[in-house]
Amino acid sequence: MSIRNQACIAGIYEHPTRNAKDISLAALHGDVIAGALADAGLGKDDVDGFFCDSDAPGLGALSMLDYLGLSVRHVEASESGGATYLSQVAHAAEAIAAGKMKVAVISMAGRPRADAAAGGVAPRPFPPSTPDLQFELPYGAELVNEYALAAMRHMHDFGTTAEQLAWVKVAASHHAQHNPHAMLPKVVTVEEVLGSPMIADPLHRMDCCIVSDGGGAIVVVSPDIAAGLKRPVVKVLGHGEAVKHQNGGRIDLTFSAAAFSGADAFAEAGIVPSDIDYASIYDSFTITVITQLEDLGFCAKGQGGRFVADGGLISGVGRLPVNTDGGGLCNNHPGYRGGMTKIIEAVRQLRGEAAPQVQVKDCRLALAQAMGGSLGTRHAAATLILERH
Amino acid sequence: MTDRLGDRIPAAPEPTVETVGYWQAADSHRLMIGRCRTCGEAHFYPRARCPRCLSADTVLEQAEGAGTVYSYSIMRRAKVPYAIAYVTLSEGPTMMTNIVGCAADDIRIGMPVSVVFVESDGGHRVPMFEPAVIVAE
Repeated sequence: MSIRNQACIAGIYEHPTRNAKDISLAALHGDVIAGALADAGLGKDDVDGFFCDSDAPGLGALSMLDYLGLSVRHVEASESGGATYLSQVAHAAEAIAAGKMKVAVISMAGRPRADAAAGGVAPRPFPPSTPDLQFELPYGAELVNEYALAAMRHMHDFGTTAEQLAWVKVAASHHAQHNPHAMLPKVVTVEEVLGSPMIADPLHRMDCCIVSDGGGAIVVVSPDIAAGLKRPVVKVLGHGEAVKHQNGGRIDLTFSAAAFSGADAFAEAGIVPSDIDYASIYDSFTITVITQLEDLGFCAKGQGGRFVADGGLISGVGRLPVNTDGGGLCNNHPGYRGGMTKIIEAVRQLRGEAAPQVQVKDCRLALAQAMGGSLGTRHAAATLILERH
Repeated sequence: MTDRLGDRIPAAPEPTVETVGYWQAADSHRLMIGRCRTCGEAHFYPRARCPRCLSADTVLEQAEGAGTVYSYSIMRRAKVPYAIAYVTLSEGPTMMTNIVGCAADDIRIGMPVSVVFVESDGGHRVPMFEPAVIVAE
């Protein structure tokens, strides 16, 4: 059985806040869920499926269902970092195809800025019993220098340059200037990226995504529900998910699990990368985009730097319009998690509701790609392929 | 960046009952890898069950302590800059580590390195690597 054409995305909502000091985590979830349902033209009582991640307050989904007074017959609290929501769209489609539910809400929210300002702890501390961390934390391993390890090896093997990495940020900033909610709406140049402080060689500060508060939600419905809705819906065509890890010490940092999730998604959708009109590619760091573009087959392995250079990702002028909302590098990166906003901008593009300056003409097929965890150690990747209805 | 790397005191490792032997060996200046007695393959980090064949017949084996730098990055956003790295051991597996005992600018991918054992902040010693000394014949 395939999920191709078995479900539609009928509602989306991205929280406008980037600093939620006066909004609780539960209230953020409430805001985005109500927003996505209103966008779909559906009500609370229509919801019979609920999906969240492990950052949602309470045990699994229980406290959020209680808080919102939701009554559902299908529930999933799952965790693959920023890739969670792309997998959950597909899992919702599977459950819809199996007749387990008809209207699912997928919710994510986070408030790391507000928590830090209030004296909170470091993000998502893992318990010491985690088997791998005792072999990493003594070495000062953090997300940024783990991704930097991948970037350094990519440069060594393929001749990728700091200027090429910087072009990913430059393209995001060109898009963000048209997004009134973007946290960093100012256009930047390659020279400005290279002139920003070095954080972990070869990654400068502007090679790194922002940290923001907020969140988003998505409503996934069965085709018969979708047929009765007024707003444009988007069909789920294909999906893939995969995990890549250290493989017992056989480490190759030059590719990601997107190589597997992408191949599965394209096979299920029955299309090839050159068919894609718009792509949301998770941009925790600039290297993340280059690696995933190669792994998804938009260019050959090692050619990602050349692909993104000279405005390659800028809508209207480049080879492939990517992250037209400004992405995690400039717009929004709620709760250190990228996947939700990636799906939302892909749906906007397919509906023709992106900012006019970045809207892709006649956008029919879109791809959303996210990663959770670390490119330098272990991560999950998920790919979604969506089609305008 | 001409400062010599290595002044940073690493956080103490937090062993479990499964890994305490690895860290005790580090205290006596021995680097251990995992070896499966069923499939014969080496792995890192060492663990109770082989990540190649799922056999529970795994043992700690002393590594030579020699390797080459697979990748590295200098963490500049720290009180004392430090070099995180992956080093590929002569036995095969690649492990995360720090490069010490040289200037940050002297590190290269492919550079031969050898193990040293650095005192941690109140815990077991931590295996790190410094540029290999080439002894002239």
